Formats: sequence, structure tokens, C-alpha cells
Amino acid sequence: MDRRKFLKSLGVGVLGAAGTALMARRPHAAEYSSESGEEFKGVLVDTTRCIGCRSCEEACAAAHDLPAPDIGDESVFKEKRDTSTTQLTVVNRYKTEKGIFFVKKQCMHCGQPGCVAACLVKAMKKHDDGAVTWDTNCMGCRYCMISCPFDIPKFEYNSWNPKIQKCNLCWEQRLTKGGIPACVEACPTETLLFGTKRELIEESRRRIYRQPKKYVNYIYGEDEVGGTSWIYLSAVPFEQIGFKTDLGVTAYPEYSTGFLYAVPIVLILWPAFLMGLSYLTRPEDEKEKKEKKR
Amino acid sequence: MSVSAAPREIKSLRDFVPFILSELKPRGKIFTPFNIISVPVIILGVILIAYRMIKGIGSITNLSQDFPWGMWIGFDVMTGVAFAGGAYVLTFVVYILRIEKYHPIVRATVLNGFLAYVFYAGALVIDLGRPWHIFNPIIGNKFGLSSVLFLVAWHFLLYMTAEFIEISPAFAEWLGLKRTRQVLSSLTLGAVVFGITLSTLHQSGLGALFMMAKGKIHPLWYTQFIPILFFVSSIFAGLSLVIFEGSISQRVFSDHLDDEHRASHNDILIGLAKGCAGAMFAYFFLKMLIFMHGRHWEYLHTGWGLWYLVEIIGLVLIPCYLFLRGAMYKNLTSIRVAAVLTILGIIINRLNYSVIAYKWYIPLPAHYVPSWMEIVTTLAIVFAEIWVFRWIVIRMPILRKPPAWVTGG
Repeated sequence: MDRRKFLKSLGVGVLGAAGTALMARRPHAAEYSSESGEEFKGVLVDTTRCIGCRSCEEACAAAHDLPAPDIGDESVFKEKRDTSTTQLTVVNRYKTEKGIFFVKKQCMHCGQPGCVAACLVKAMKKHDDGAVTWDTNCMGCRYCMISCPFDIPKFEYNSWNPKIQKCNLCWEQRLTKGGIPACVEACPTETLLFGTKRELIEESRRRIYRQPKKYVNYIYGEDEVGGTSWIYLSAVPFEQIGFKTDLGVTAYPEYSTGFLYAVPIVLILWPAFLMGLSYLTRPEDEKEKKEKKR
Repeated sequence: MSVSAAPREIKSLRDFVPFILSELKPRGKIFTPFNIISVPVIILGVILIAYRMIKGIGSITNLSQDFPWGMWIGFDVMTGVAFAGGAYVLTFVVYILRIEKYHPIVRATVLNGFLAYVFYAGALVIDLGRPWHIFNPIIGNKFGLSSVLFLVAWHFLLYMTAEFIEISPAFAEWLGLKRTRQVLSSLTLGAVVFGITLSTLHQSGLGALFMMAKGKIHPLWYTQFIPILFFVSSIFAGLSLVIFEGSISQRVFSDHLDDEHRASHNDILIGLAKGCAGAMFAYFFLKMLIFMHGRHWEYLHTGWGLWYLVEIIGLVLIPCYLFLRGAMYKNLTSIRVAAVLTILGIIINRLNYSVIAYKWYIPLPAHYVPSWMEIVTTLAIVFAEIWVFRWIVIRMPILRKPPAWVTGG
């Protein structure tokens, strides 16, 4: 990096440290599109249709060069599994009042992700098409893991050169090449439906209106944490199939904007106040000396 | 004590090298209890860190996918930085308010603060998964402007620079660089003003990091006012550490104290105790307001409520009272006990946010508890800092008066 570029970036950095708050986006709930106007894409998961075949897990592992799971092994359903550094999506089984349901878990691809707001080097990125991805300029601070309401980013603790692993909506592998996520393509029961969030919400409503007895009248992810790009339909209340139902509808980045807005104010007022105070407490003779010098 | 026979003014590199070499030699007894304990710990710590660099963080820590931040963040960074708060409080008192009474301890405090940042914030390097990218937010390999951590990272760097400028006249006096010292000390007020501003923001910023951990931190601790609580508590955390450290330095480095300082030391401690009591009462009051508005009465009957009360009554209100009592009756024992309790309270408070009350719904044994190796590396870092502190205090005018050419002319 040459000196000029270095100084320039240094300047941006200093201004950035000062004006962070000014740059913070004004968030609003349930976002459907990026700042450039492109509609966020996502997936509708209709849990009433899932048969727990785990084809999505297999397809996901293949698309991301991860160890292939043994999808014939039903013993995995004995306990609730979490996603991991080698399994970016998992299907869990829940026994409820209305019978057994299978629920796929992966990154929700929030409209305004906490992990993206948390990242100090923008290694986490929300793309215009809705995918939230991780990049290699990450320094491994794991603040994204603290800030994710769904505990999705997973860190490779046992590597000297660790990566953050999470579902990337097959952004790099397929989306940018005009494809759809591997899991959606592999699903034999049309549990998964890929589309823009707007379309998916409309489709969800249609299904609920058409079969009000089959579904609970709620779309998980429509408003949760400001709206997520993955949304879920269910036959039973969502807390029965392993969802956090107390997350609220506030986008997570909004929780720290209050602090960030205060930053430039302190940065401007504090030095002025301190300099003034220091002038007031300066002994008289010292002040005179300075005056004379001028 | 034996004043160094080294040249008091260095004119060229030819003077400089032998001077540094002579200063590098150890002074005083080698087999002290502190050395006997600290050296093996530091050696073991270095080995563990090397192992971690090869095998990954998981090899020596108990961190997991559920607990991404453990003792290295919760204790080293969060707590270490809070304790370094004494530097900005004292520079405010001495350079802005110009209360000369505290002048004798300002250098030791700033040095301590500076080293705390270097070592404890430096401990971040071993906690980062990809530490070779640590300068990315500085050099612009993407600026994450909406991140609180971005602000904290920049402020750490800038504040270390400000503190280095504040302490640098002592370095210049040690090297006998008269001209340089003049320039450096003319920068002090600017560095102080800048430093206080930065401290206000990043002390509270460390708290603001947890704002997005909503739902993961126990409701008795999570509030939208975490940044303010972190800032206010850093005031008495820093001052308590100054009392604690001052009481030890008083004995260990008594040869290096000038007479004036020795005479006024008790008076200084009493003044600091008053400051602590005031800040702690304000903090307690804030905590009460937040508790009332949070309406979390139901949690008080649980184990977590008890733990909360231990922190807020046992380690804030009681030491606050002891500080006040100690200051009123000039009882130094009371003040020192209060300082120790306060320090304990701050450690517990910061660990509550980052480790203990973090994901409180995950009970032991799945809950994070540091491994012995994490504790050893932390101890190694603390000991290393004390080594450097001692090396500097023995050689430079930190506790003693500056050389005659400063005070005389």
C-alpha cells in the first residue's frame, strides 16, 4: 500500500471513528429490499410438509464441500441438533400436540442482520439479493456470534486459520450464477420455496387463508428481529417446534444505535468543555504570561 | 537507593546503546517471592500461547459455539480496561482541574493505564482467531462503520497513543533528552483532553458491545443503559486500583518515593476514597433506578437475584460506605478493604456481562468455565505487565521527582 493511499484510509478511519453514528442506517421493521431497491430473496419453509428426509442436509454438504451426512441414520433425531462448522443446516424432529413435525434450521438471513452491524471489518455482508455471507478479511473476534439472535455463526475453534461457518444461501456457489440454493432444489416435498420475500409472504398468507385449520395464523420471520429472509409456516405454535418467540420485532442493529448516535456529540462537546474548564482553572499569572507572549 | 551512574544526557547513538544495555541489567535481588512465582507462570504462558497459535483457540480454552467470549475478553479486556480508567480520571483531576495534591501519583497511574492497554487489550491478539488481520479496521481492509467494536478498536489505538504522549516526558527525562522533553510535555494538555474524551467513549463502548446480546444476558443485568453503567463504574474501578496499587507501591518501591510524596500519600488515599464513594453512590443510584424501571422483582427470589444483590449490595454499597467511613475517620485500613471489595465487584460485574450471566439459561456443566490454561495465560499477562511496570519505575522518574534539570530550570 503506498503512502498516499495509507494516509487517505487513515483519514477515513479517523472520520469514521468520529462519525460512525452518522453512517448508521436508519432501520425500520420488516424490510423487503436493499438500499439499491433490489428485492431481498429468501426461502419459505412450510414445516407441515417436511418429512425429515434430510435431503437438504446432503445437498448443502455437497454444495459447500463439507463431509456428507448419513441421511439414512434416523438416530440423529433422538436429540436436538444445532448447526455446526461442518453442518450449515440441520433438520430436527419435534413431538407436538398435533403430531410429529420436522424443522429445518439454518441462517435466517435477517433483513438487518446483527452480525453485519457487529462486524468491524465488514467481513459479514448483507448482499442486495438478501444473502448474508462471510469473507476472509475477518479477524476472528467472534462479535458476530454474540450479536446473532439465532446463534448461527459457528467458529472453527480447532484450526490455526479459523473461519466462520454459516449458511450463505449458496450465494457464491449458485445465486450469483443464476441458480437457487442447493437445499431448495433438493427438497422432494416442496417444503422449501425460493423467491423474493414479498412473494413468499403473499404465498404464506394464501396458504393460511386457504387452510386456516391446518396452519397457525402466524408467519415466523415476517417481523422477527425486523424481518428475516427465511420465513416459516407451522401447524402448531412456534415455541413447540423450537423457535425463539421472544425476540421482538426490533432489528438488532437498532439496539446499539442509541450509543452510536451519542458518539459524535461526546466527541465534539467533551474537548470543548474540557478545554474551557482547563482555561478556568489556569492560574492568573500563567494566563498573563501567555497574553504577553502574544 | 543508588542513582544510576549512566549519562544523564544522551547526545549520540554511541552514548545511547551502552546506556540502554546498562539499564537492561537487572537490579536488586533476583530470588524474590514474586520472581519465583511469576517466572514459571510467564514461561508456561508463553508455551501455551505458542501452542494456541498452532492448534487453534479451542486447544487451550473452553470456548464453544455457545460461549464465543470467555475469560480473555471478560477479564483481560473488559476488566483490565475498566481498571485502567484511573488514568483518565486522575489526568482530569490534575491537568484539567489542576488539583496539585494528586500530582505525585499521576505518572504512576498513567503508566499503569498505558501498560494495562498494551498488555490487556494486547491480550486480544491471542483471543482473535485470525490475529494477522487485526489492523484491517485501521488500514481500511473494510471499515465497519456501523460496528461498536470498530469504534472501540480505533479508540484503543488512539488512546494508547494519547497515554504514551502523557507518559513520554518521563522517558525523555530518563534518557536526558532536554529538548525532546520540552516538546513532549507541551503536548500533555492536548493528549489529556483527547484521552479523556476517548476514554468516555470506549469505556462506555465496551458496555455497548453487549447491547446486541439482548436476550442472552440475564434481565437483571441487561438494560439499555449498559454503556452509562460501564462508564460510571470505570471511574471508581480505576480509582480503587490506584488505591490498591499505590498501597503496594508505597511499600515495594519505598526507596523510589520522594519525601514529599511519602508524606502526602495518606492524604491522597483519603481524597481518592472520597472520589470513589461519590462515584459509587451515583452508580448505585443509577442501578436502583434501572431496577425499578425494569420491574424485574420476580427474579430477586431466584439464585440470580441473590447473585445480583451480592454484587450491588456486597460489592458496591458496602465498599461505598467503607470508603466514606475511611475518609471521615482517616482510617486507611477501611479504605484499603473497600478498594479490594470494589475491585472484586468490578471483576464480577464485567464477568457477569461477558460470561456468568451471559446465556444464564444454559446451566452448568454446559455453561462456560475457563480452563486452567486460560487462567495461566491470563496470570502470565498480568505478571508480565508487573515486570515491565517494575522495570520502568526503578529506572525512570515515575514515583520519584524528575531530575534537577527539569525542576530547577
